[in-house]
Amino acid sequence: MPFIPHTEQDEKEMLAAIGVNSIEDLFDEIPAELRIDGLSDAVPAGLNEMGVARLMGECAAGDATGLNFIGAGAYEHHIPQAVWDITTRGEFYSAYTPYQAEASQGTLQVVYEYQTMMASLNALDVSNASLYDGASALAEAVLMAVRAHRKSKSKRILMPSTVHPAYRTVVKNIVRNQGLTIEELPYCAESGKTLVAELAKYEGEDITALVIPQPNFFGVLEDVNALTDWAANNNAISIAVVNPMALALLTPPGEWGEAGVDIACGEGQSLGVPLSSGGPYYGFMCCKQKHVRQLPGRIIGRTVDLDGKPGFALTLQAREQHIRRSKATSNICTNQGLMVTASTIYMSLMGAEGLARVASQSVNNTQALTEKLCALDGVEQAFSGAGFHDRVLRLTKPAAGVLEALTDQGIYGGYAMAEQYPELADCISVCATETKTEADLNAYASALAAVLADVEAA
Amino acid sequence: MLIFEQSRSGRKAVGQMPAKVEATGIPAALQRKSAPTLPAVSEMQVVRHYTRLSQKNFSIDTQFYPLGSCTMKYNPRICNSMALLPGLAGRHPYAPDSSGQGLLACMYDLQEILKEVTGMCGVSLAPAAGAQGEFAGMAMIRAYHDANGDDGRTEVIVPDAAHGTNPATAVMCGYKVKEIPTRSDGDIDIDALKAAVGPQTAGIMLTNPSTVGVFERRIKEIARIVHDAGGLLYYDGANLNAILGKVRPGDMGFDVIHMNLHKTFSTPHGGGGPGAGPVGVSERLMPFMPIPTVAKEGDKFRWLTEKDCPQTIGRLSAFSGNIGVLLRAYVYARLLGREGMERVAEYATLNANYMMVMLKKAGFEMAYPERRATHEFILTLKKEAKEQNATAMDFAKRLLDYGFHAPTTYFPLLVPECFLIEPTETEAKSELDGFIDAMARIKAEAEENVDQLKGAPYTLPSRRLDDVRAARELDLTWKPEETNV
Repeated sequence: MPFIPHTEQDEKEMLAAIGVNSIEDLFDEIPAELRIDGLSDAVPAGLNEMGVARLMGECAAGDATGLNFIGAGAYEHHIPQAVWDITTRGEFYSAYTPYQAEASQGTLQVVYEYQTMMASLNALDVSNASLYDGASALAEAVLMAVRAHRKSKSKRILMPSTVHPAYRTVVKNIVRNQGLTIEELPYCAESGKTLVAELAKYEGEDITALVIPQPNFFGVLEDVNALTDWAANNNAISIAVVNPMALALLTPPGEWGEAGVDIACGEGQSLGVPLSSGGPYYGFMCCKQKHVRQLPGRIIGRTVDLDGKPGFALTLQAREQHIRRSKATSNICTNQGLMVTASTIYMSLMGAEGLARVASQSVNNTQALTEKLCALDGVEQAFSGAGFHDRVLRLTKPAAGVLEALTDQGIYGGYAMAEQYPELADCISVCATETKTEADLNAYASALAAVLADVEAA
Repeated sequence: MLIFEQSRSGRKAVGQMPAKVEATGIPAALQRKSAPTLPAVSEMQVVRHYTRLSQKNFSIDTQFYPLGSCTMKYNPRICNSMALLPGLAGRHPYAPDSSGQGLLACMYDLQEILKEVTGMCGVSLAPAAGAQGEFAGMAMIRAYHDANGDDGRTEVIVPDAAHGTNPATAVMCGYKVKEIPTRSDGDIDIDALKAAVGPQTAGIMLTNPSTVGVFERRIKEIARIVHDAGGLLYYDGANLNAILGKVRPGDMGFDVIHMNLHKTFSTPHGGGGPGAGPVGVSERLMPFMPIPTVAKEGDKFRWLTEKDCPQTIGRLSAFSGNIGVLLRAYVYARLLGREGMERVAEYATLNANYMMVMLKKAGFEMAYPERRATHEFILTLKKEAKEQNATAMDFAKRLLDYGFHAPTTYFPLLVPECFLIEPTETEAKSELDGFIDAMARIKAEAEENVDQLKGAPYTLPSRRLDDVRAARELDLTWKPEETNV
C-alpha cells in the first residue's frame, strides 16, 4: 500500500484499542445510502514509481522542444541550480504556513528577507508575503485601493489598455460583484504609450485609483512620472504594475513622480520561478507604510522572544480571514510561499549586479532580435516608444499562420496580438531574454525569412 | 544572522551571471538611480545560509505534523521531480497547445479522476488555492442565480464552525453572511437552518466531515431544505481526505465543491503555498466553470477559453492556474490508483480514531466524545486551562520541545482551548504512540509545575515570540543603516 506504514499487527492492535472489529466499522456514522462501493475505473489502477516515471517521462518528452521567443508576462530566465536544490529541501518544501513561529523560524526569516528585497526593489516601505500571481495581485491591489481611499465614494478605477489583457480580465472577474467601475484608458497608436492627455477629461471627478503599468504589455515604457503625479493631484490612489526584474534598471515605483506610488504589484515569476505552462508563479505587493493595514495576505514581522533574542512571526493577523472572517481584507489563506523561497534565493545569488546584468542582456537581446527581424521584408516595429524586453512587430502576413509555421520549424515565435487587440491584427509580441545567443537570434531570423517567403509563394 | 548582514561590497556569485553589458535605449529619466538592497554574497554563502535556515523549520519530512484541517501527509519526492522535468517545467504558457500535448493529457486525466472521486459532472483545475476555489464556487452560484434573473438572493448561510475563508469569500462575491449554530453533538442545527432559509438564500457553504471533525449525518435533509428554498450547496473540500473513495460530495447533493490538492492529493504546502483548488460542479453549474479547462477532441487536447465557454465566470489568474502543483497531484493520483485512494480514507480514519481513544484514556477530554472521529477530532483543554492555567497554547508550545508539531489550536472557535488533531494515513502507530505519550507527560508537567509549560519551548531556535510587539512596533524589512560588523 503506497505510503501507508501499518502492519497487520498494528492494525489489529489499533482496532482492538478502539473497540471495533474492522476499519469499515469506523464509517458507521455515514448514512448507508450515501456510501459507494469503490471507485470506478475512471480512476486508473495504481502504478509503482518506476511506472509513473516512465509515463511522465513520455509525456514530458514531446513537450516544449522548441526555441522560445515568447514573453508577454512570463519570462524564460536562467535559474541557478542552487535555487531549486535548496527550495525543495524537505524542510522548506513540506512545511506548513508558519503558524507555530518557534518551529518555523526558517520559513519566517526567508519571507522577512524576501519582504526586504521586494520592498527595496520597488522603493516602497513594506511588502506582503505573496499572492497567487500577477493578475490576481492586481485585482487585490484594486480592492485594497478602494479600502484605503475612504474619501472616494465612486469606486472608479482607471485602467490603461496597455495593461496585460489577461490581468484586466482577471481584475474584472474578481471584483465583479463589488460595485466597482473599471474604465479603460486608450494608448497612442504611434508610441504604444498610454495617452496622458486623455486623463484631462477625468479631472475634478472622483476617481479612486489609477493603474500604471511599467513596462506595459507592449514592452513600451510609460510616462510613469506624469501618470503618478496626475493620480496624486487628483486624489486618486496610484497602483503600479511592474516586472520586478525590470526594476533592476528602471526607476522603482516608490520614486515615480513627486511622491511615488501608493501600491506596487506584479508577477514575481522572472525571479527564479520556472515557466511551467503558467504556474505556480507568485504575485507580489508592496505599499507605503500608511497603507499597511489594508494590505492583503500574510505579513512577517521581526520581534523578540522570551530571552530578548530577535525572531520572526506572522503579524497584523487581525487583517486576515482566520481572525476577521467576513470583514477580512481578502479571503486569501494559502499563498505561493515556496515560490517566494525560490525568489529569495535567486535574488541573493544574483545580487543587484546580477539582476541588472540579466535585465540588460534581455533588453539588448530583444533589441538585437528586433533589428534582425525588422531587416526582413514584411516586418516592422509597431511602436516607436522606448522598450524593455517585449517588442510588438507588425507583419504583412497573417500573424497566426506565421506563428504556426514557425512552430513547425521548432521556434515559438511570439504572442499573437489579434485576439486582445483587434487593431493589431497582424502583430506579434516577441522577447529574447539573456538565455538567447546570437545563433538563436539568427535561427529565428532565418526561419522567419523562410516562412514569409513561403507564405509569399503560397 | 540575515543574508544582508553577510554582504560585502564587491563580492558576487559571478558564475551565475551573464556578461556585463550596458542596456541600450532606456531614457535617462526612467533609469534607476540607486541599487536595491540585495546582498553581495558568494554562491556558497547563499547555499549555506538558506540550508541553515531550512534546518530551523519543522516539516513533514522531519517531524509528525498533525495540524487539523491541513492534511499534512507525506509528499512523495517523485511527484516533485516529475513536475520539474524540462518539457513540463520549461514550457511557456503561451506556447501553442500542440507543444503541450503531454501536459494537456495529464491535465485532462486529472479532471476525469477528480470528477469520479467527487461525483461531480465537471471539473475545472483553474483556481490557484482553496480560497480561490471557494471564490470560483460562490461566483458560479451567483452567476447561476443571475442567469435565472433571480436577483433577490442576497444571503449565504455559513455554520459558525466554518473556516474563516468561507465568510470572507461570500463577502467577496457580494453576499451577506448568515451564521447558523452547531449543536452540541457536532451536527448543524436543522431547526436553525429551516428558520434561516428563504427566498433571500443564495446558498450554503458546508464542510463535510465538518470542521468539528464529525460527519454531518443529516446532509441529505440539509440539501433538500436548501434546494427547496431555491439555494445551492457549496462544499468546502478541506476534509476530503476523510472520505476519499467512500462517499462523494456529488452524491450528498452538493452543487459545487472545491478540493485542496495540497491537502488530499499530497502536493507540498511549501511553507504557505502554492496550493491548487480545483472546483467540481453539478450539471446546472457546468456553463459557469472558470477557465481554462482541457477538452479532448479526437486524440488531441486543447485549452478551452472564453470563446468556447461564453457563460464562464472567467479566468482567475493570468495563465492556466498552478500547473506545477496539478502535475504533482496527478502523479500522486497515478501512484495511489483507485484502491490506494480508498485506503487513504481508511487509514486516516483509523489513525484519528486510535489517537482519540488513547488520548481519552490518557485523561483528556474530547469535544464530541459520543461521536466517531473522521480523519480528525477535537480535544479540549478547558479543564487544564481552568485548573492549572495550562492553555492550549502552552500545550502546543511544549509539544514542540518533544519534537512534535502542534495540532491546530483555537480552531474551530466554538470549542474552548481546543486542539484539532489530524494525523493522516501516512503516520505509523509508533509515531502516534509517541505523540500520545508526550501529551500525557505534558499533562503531568502541568499538574506538577505549570511554569514548565509557560516557558516552552526551550529547545528550538527561538523561545516564545512576542506577538504583541511584532504588531505594535512593526519591523517588516531590514534597513541598511542597521549594518553591521
